Amino acid sequence: MTEKPANRELVYAEIIKYHFACGVSFFLIALTAGFFYALVLTDLNPLEGIEIFSPGRWRMVHTNAIAYGFLINMFIGILYWVVPRLTGHPVASKKLSWLILGAWQLIVLLAAVGILLGDAQAIEWGETPTWVDHLAVVGVALLVVNVATPLFKTRGEKLYVSLWYFGAMLVWTPLVYIMGNYLPQYLVPGAGGAAITGMYIHDLVGLSVTPLGWGMMYYFVPVLLKKPIWSHTLSILGFWGLAFFYPLNGVHHFFYSPIPMYAQYGAVVSTIAVELVVFTVIVNFFMTLRGRGDLLRSNISVRWFFVGMVFYFITCFQCAFHTTLTFQKIIHFTDWVVGHAHLVMFGVFGFWMIGGVTYLWPKVTGREWWSAKLNAWNFWLSSIGLVFMFLDLTGAGLVQGFLWADLAQWEKSIQSSMPFWHGRTFAGAMIITGQVLQVFNMWKTAKSPAPKNG
Amino acid sequence: MEKLAAILLIAGLGCFAFAGLLTGYLPVSHLSKVEVKTLDEIAPEPSLDFIDLSKRYPEQFKKYYGEPTKEAFHKALRLGRDTYIGEACWHCHSQFIRPVSNEDIRFGKVSWADEYRNEMFLPHLFGTRRVGPDLIRESGRRGNDWHVAHFYDPQLVAPLSIMPRYTWFFDGEEPNEVGIAMVAYMQWLGSWTTPQKIAYQELKEAQAKKEEATE
Repeated sequence: MTEKPANRELVYAEIIKYHFACGVSFFLIALTAGFFYALVLTDLNPLEGIEIFSPGRWRMVHTNAIAYGFLINMFIGILYWVVPRLTGHPVASKKLSWLILGAWQLIVLLAAVGILLGDAQAIEWGETPTWVDHLAVVGVALLVVNVATPLFKTRGEKLYVSLWYFGAMLVWTPLVYIMGNYLPQYLVPGAGGAAITGMYIHDLVGLSVTPLGWGMMYYFVPVLLKKPIWSHTLSILGFWGLAFFYPLNGVHHFFYSPIPMYAQYGAVVSTIAVELVVFTVIVNFFMTLRGRGDLLRSNISVRWFFVGMVFYFITCFQCAFHTTLTFQKIIHFTDWVVGHAHLVMFGVFGFWMIGGVTYLWPKVTGREWWSAKLNAWNFWLSSIGLVFMFLDLTGAGLVQGFLWADLAQWEKSIQSSMPFWHGRTFAGAMIITGQVLQVFNMWKTAKSPAPKNG
Repeated sequence: MEKLAAILLIAGLGCFAFAGLLTGYLPVSHLSKVEVKTLDEIAPEPSLDFIDLSKRYPEQFKKYYGEPTKEAFHKALRLGRDTYIGEACWHCHSQFIRPVSNEDIRFGKVSWADEYRNEMFLPHLFGTRRVGPDLIRESGRRGNDWHVAHFYDPQLVAPLSIMPRYTWFFDGEEPNEVGIAMVAYMQWLGSWTTPQKIAYQELKEAQAKKEEATE
């Protein structure tokens, strides 16, 4: 085997640093927007009657800044770190990486400004104004070129499972984005469009975020634990399971809608199948962790991954039940789903991401963490806040669902949700505090004097 | 076959295409048996609510829409739909009635696929969350003045409502172009199922038959 260049030359740490910095900045914007929205629900909106602070617009900023500003930025950083290391080749070009960094921030900012000015698109998780869609497609294409290049340079070599996930993700993401943002907008109206939007909502999570998350976890967990993954067979099985079953789930976002029932039944079955596939990842993680449980106390990154994995178990267990038509009668349209979404997006992928960043930030900045204590504070505030929020919203969902089915006055469901919504605001404040501490800590770390021998 | 190529082709393209075929193409082609209708076909004349708005707010209406013609009505419906999207109304209100959870008793007729086969539902506005009630059977449920007051300050007419105030739909206290459009749009949602609409339709058909007979 030929000598591979040192990792230091393969990875452009500076660009990764900026992607992380932009990612967490958008994260804070997203959390602020979410917090405003929580205040709207409790009738405490301080910005009532100001057009650009219209709550509906802020809600879209919340979700889009999370998906495209936070998660995608962070994942790009992770890809730039992991892919060159696993393939032994740098990404296509340093210049292109800088271009992508700038272009992506511009795309997310334009989307946010467009939304705040009242120019949104009615595609859930794709509310970016229609004219930003074209730019986003170009941005994604550039990223694909940049990251796929090292993958293709590995001709014939054995690929670690993380690269399977990343490779497939590079094919899926542009397809998913184009399908979801163009077909229902220009070609397919009504229920058919809803079937496609459902696929988009689901595939954005299932075919972009999930393979990135799984690939990331299959890379970082062995690195953090300093031992190989428990079962490679299981990880490959998980890959094919994800590829086959995940994209079939889309219609489960619109149960009991006028989409043909056979598509809805299919969505129930394939969703339950997906939960079984997810268990391959969960089992693999816990079996790998076996014997190294002491790291939960000493290594905060492992702790983020661990708690994220526990949340993953809860969401998927929950999902296998609430995807059934029986549960859907009551919980659809309620806060139950909102609780589920927060647990998945923040509790699982957000937590893993923070775990990865806690490990990588000292490496890309060349400095030790400014404060380990603040990291621990963020961990506890976010974990407790999120568990609180999840239980709170799940409870709220049941109350709302049963009141609606009982034909209670609509206002009754608002009134009964109030205590839950106040609880959610409080939980949100905890999470935001934790993340502000994290970002402050990242800032202080990057600004601290460089170590002399570094 | 090389491994990477196999992964990209089978998992990447193959599985995606398979799913697209099964959960996208199949239901879409099934639903496509009904022609997509244009606004001219589904709203051939201005609604009575729209004409009522022109009388209730004559100056504002004249300023923004002129006469309550079909063209003005269509302009209002499209602007109303676009505002409904831009303000993300669809994140707190759904637009389909499910056949479960007593929704047909609360809101009205259960939704069927054909009623969404027109340009007003491109993109569809089904929604996935109800903070407020469903709106697809809103037509005729309340008067224009109720809607105007409600957009200005929801708590004036629904004291426990947490819906935001949309004061920018107004010039002072009278609805502006967007305000009139939003009320027209609300009164249009589900107008094809209201008893008034059905009675009106029957009356017109009877008249047409009568005219035919006398000729």
